[in-house]
Amino acid sequence: MVNWTAEEKQAISTIWAKIDIEEVGAGALSRLLVVYPWTQRYFSNFGNLSSPQAIEGNPRVRNHGKKVLTSFGEAVKNLDNVKATFDKLSELHSDKLHVDPQNFRLLGDNLIIVLAATMGKDFTPEAQAAWQKLVGVVASALSRKYH
Amino acid sequence: MSLTKTDKALIAAIWAKVSTQADSIGTEALERLFVSYPQTKTYFPHFDLHHGSAQLRGHGSKVIGAIGDAVKDIDNLESSLSKLSELHAYILRVDPVNFKLLSHTILVTIAAHFPAEFTAEAHAAWDKFLTKVSAILTEKYR
Repeated sequence: MVNWTAEEKQAISTIWAKIDIEEVGAGALSRLLVVYPWTQRYFSNFGNLSSPQAIEGNPRVRNHGKKVLTSFGEAVKNLDNVKATFDKLSELHSDKLHVDPQNFRLLGDNLIIVLAATMGKDFTPEAQAAWQKLVGVVASALSRKYH
Repeated sequence: MSLTKTDKALIAAIWAKVSTQADSIGTEALERLFVSYPQTKTYFPHFDLHHGSAQLRGHGSKVIGAIGDAVKDIDNLESSLSKLSELHAYILRVDPVNFKLLSHTILVTIAAHFPAEFTAEAHAAWDKFLTKVSAILTEKYR
């Protein structure tokens, strides 16, 4: 079980309540595909990913980014039990999707950069630390069922 | 992973914005490093690392200044970073894992201050640039 301080929980839920899940999710996923182009290997059926503009305008990327961040929201709602929350998703990523867990860390850090761009000054060092902890916990939970 | 002409243009454009507040950006990147990754404080037992400390500001200024010098000499990074590379290898000996962490907090700080300019392409260019700088700074470690 992860120990969250009251301040960490508040930093997480306050920011979560403020953000547009679709915008932030799409932004984080498209940045992943642009900044780390080898991650496109998992999306060969997504159509045109041939340039940053194509990626950012691609509706499948947008939808998938929204889906991923919505799922991330389950962690936000279940901070005291993130591991169990992602049991099935961990199996899916391992056994069906065959995603290298390093990608969870890359996406997590990208999400943080998008949050910083979205919130500016409000994304204080302390807020960032709470979110770094959260993305680490989520990455860990998603990696747990790999075998 | 080498820097294209487009990368270099994007790197310079972002630097032009950063340089208008270089010291506070450098300081904030360090502060974010110490708050998110407390283990990095182990390299600064001799510093007052509280928000607002003169030492934090001085060091932030130094780090960002070195990055600015690298931007200005971007076609010659190996030679322009040579002294710093030796410093990190023989004197400072900061574990290589930490360069990724500081690179990340630098990117977060830039994103927070210049969201409009820090497009995905600019982000990609800076990520490549900081990766290259980090590689050069750790090149002489062994």
